[in-house]
Amino acid sequence: MLLLITLVTFGIFFGLPKLAGQTTDQLAASYVGKAPTQEAIEATKERLGLDKPIVVQYGNYLKGIVAGEDFKAGPVTDHCPAPCLGYSFRTSQPVLPTLMDRAPATLGLAVGAAVVWLIAGVSTGVVSALKRGSIWDRTAMVIALGGVSLPIYFTGLVSLALFSYKLGIFPGGGSYVGITEDPVKWFESLVLPWVTLAFLYAAMYARLTRAGMLETMNEDYIRTARAKGLPEKTVITRHALRASLTPILTVFGLDFGLLIGGAVLTENTFSIQGLGQLAISSIGTGDLPMVLGVTTLAAAFIVVINLIVDLLYAVIDPRVRLG
Amino acid sequence: MTDTTPAAGPATGAGEAPTAFLEVRDLKIHFPTDDGLVKSVDGLSFQLEKGRTLGIVGESGSGKSVTSLGVLGLHNRHNANVSGEIWLDGQELVGASPGDVRRLRGRKMAMIFQDPLSSMHPFYTVGAQIIEAYRVHNDVSKQVARKHAIDMLGRVGIPKPDKRVDDYPHQFSGGMRQRAMIAMALSCDPELLIADEPTTALDVTVQAQILDLIRDLQEEFNSAVIMITHDLGVVAELSDDILVMYAGRCAEYASVEDAFHKPLHPYTWGLLGSMPRLDRERTERLMPIKGTPPSLINVPQGCAFNPRCAYKDLNGDKSTTVRPELVEAVPGHKVACHLPLEKKQEIWESEIRPKL
Repeated sequence: MLLLITLVTFGIFFGLPKLAGQTTDQLAASYVGKAPTQEAIEATKERLGLDKPIVVQYGNYLKGIVAGEDFKAGPVTDHCPAPCLGYSFRTSQPVLPTLMDRAPATLGLAVGAAVVWLIAGVSTGVVSALKRGSIWDRTAMVIALGGVSLPIYFTGLVSLALFSYKLGIFPGGGSYVGITEDPVKWFESLVLPWVTLAFLYAAMYARLTRAGMLETMNEDYIRTARAKGLPEKTVITRHALRASLTPILTVFGLDFGLLIGGAVLTENTFSIQGLGQLAISSIGTGDLPMVLGVTTLAAAFIVVINLIVDLLYAVIDPRVRLG
Repeated sequence: MTDTTPAAGPATGAGEAPTAFLEVRDLKIHFPTDDGLVKSVDGLSFQLEKGRTLGIVGESGSGKSVTSLGVLGLHNRHNANVSGEIWLDGQELVGASPGDVRRLRGRKMAMIFQDPLSSMHPFYTVGAQIIEAYRVHNDVSKQVARKHAIDMLGRVGIPKPDKRVDDYPHQFSGGMRQRAMIAMALSCDPELLIADEPTTALDVTVQAQILDLIRDLQEEFNSAVIMITHDLGVVAELSDDILVMYAGRCAEYASVEDAFHKPLHPYTWGLLGSMPRLDRERTERLMPIKGTPPSLINVPQGCAFNPRCAYKDLNGDKSTTVRPELVEAVPGHKVACHLPLEKKQEIWESEIRPKL
């Protein structure tokens, strides 16, 4: 699975430029920097293996991930330990440490937002389902519809303007600090991004939960639970909600996996140095190894998260365990 | 509708606590919908003593299940209008708070549902669901409740109950699942057990076992049982009395003996005629009741059964204009039909009985 992903991404980022007529000279030139000399270009081509056929390049790339790779430049040899994702064309830094440097910001953003949207979305959905047709239900669903429809760069900027610049409750864009440096400031700087990002997802999850709960509440086993004389609270939480959570978990796996690969819009709006922003800036500068690295990492996240979700499925639904 | 006559036994005044263990008086459960008022149950009265079994028979949509859900307070409280009285062991349930009825449910009155697969939660073990039912009403530790659950599973005839207790409903066969369902319903020794078509979803061979089981357990616990079914065979097997429902009302109420050997309502004749019999020659065709049950929004004028009744013309236009009240035609045998008693007995003896 992961192999297929690297093949596709590698093919797209290194194969396509070739097909489009870009020479390896130009590729190497983008690595060397401004006004390159022909010797520098040749040296770089050799060092990065760009002079070799594309298949060999791919083989080396894979080898780098598994076993590390040596880049020779005349007498100097750079050893890039496994898993090696190559060097950035732009900064000459190895890709992986850069990714690891950026990942915590994205991870913090995604996890925090996920917590907020799960709590807000699911509870709103449950209450709406139980009070179907009430004022609460209608208001919540209209807001949810708005949440689904409004893009992040709109809600994000509005929330920045309102809570940061106007009211000064939370710090503005670009105030992100690492959690290890100052946990309090880290938390403060992420509140607005969390809420903005969570608003979009919470709206979707509220609608999803509401639909699921409405369906589950009509199941025979809910009637049985009531017939046993269980208090309504137990019926809803232990019986109805548990059954409604299964489809939500599936969607959550996809959403969350996608998000930790880079919450592009949110990171850009709030100037958080995360993976999404790295991807955008790398694309802008044609830094192919970096783009490739971000994509591979994001794909790996999605695969891993979905694996976890599938395993969780078996925990939640015993019928899956034996199937 | 002013019929407040109880279907059996001495009449007691409205609002007074009755002597019977369960007494339903003039129960009406109506659902207002966009298409009109659905009168699922429209003036039903009956009594039941402990240790006795009442069979409620009728076609789909005659109000059998709604009646049972109404007794347990499981109808949808948001859209149902319930009136009348339900007295259980001296306590009135229609006017009681949902919380009070909830505390009676499972402990004093329990229900066995039709489809044991969809009626058990797929994510919890059978044991967990029985333990849960037991612990709502009994303040005991999980270990004690678990012992009780294993005990119950053993009593309803599930082999190796100490192992099966940790299985999920989907790992049980249909018959075993229904046994587990019964174990769950009986876990708190309910005095009233309502079985809503308990054998409909099961194999015929398993059906007999389940019916035997219910009868044995009833003798053991001395509970009152309401058996809801459209299967007259099940009723004949288990019940002491039969209540035939049609369009939300009682058409005939009699002992099993009378209902099978001297039925007085044309609808009951029809039900008996639609039942396959092996002990007769196969020359005659089955005699299905023609037509379909009426819409509960637009119940026919007069007798609800008149569009399907072959004898409606024997009463002039009474059957299509005046609704027949439930009256005691013979002691202990009530029927809601305009035909004179002698006429009915004559038709039964001469026309219906020979064909069955």
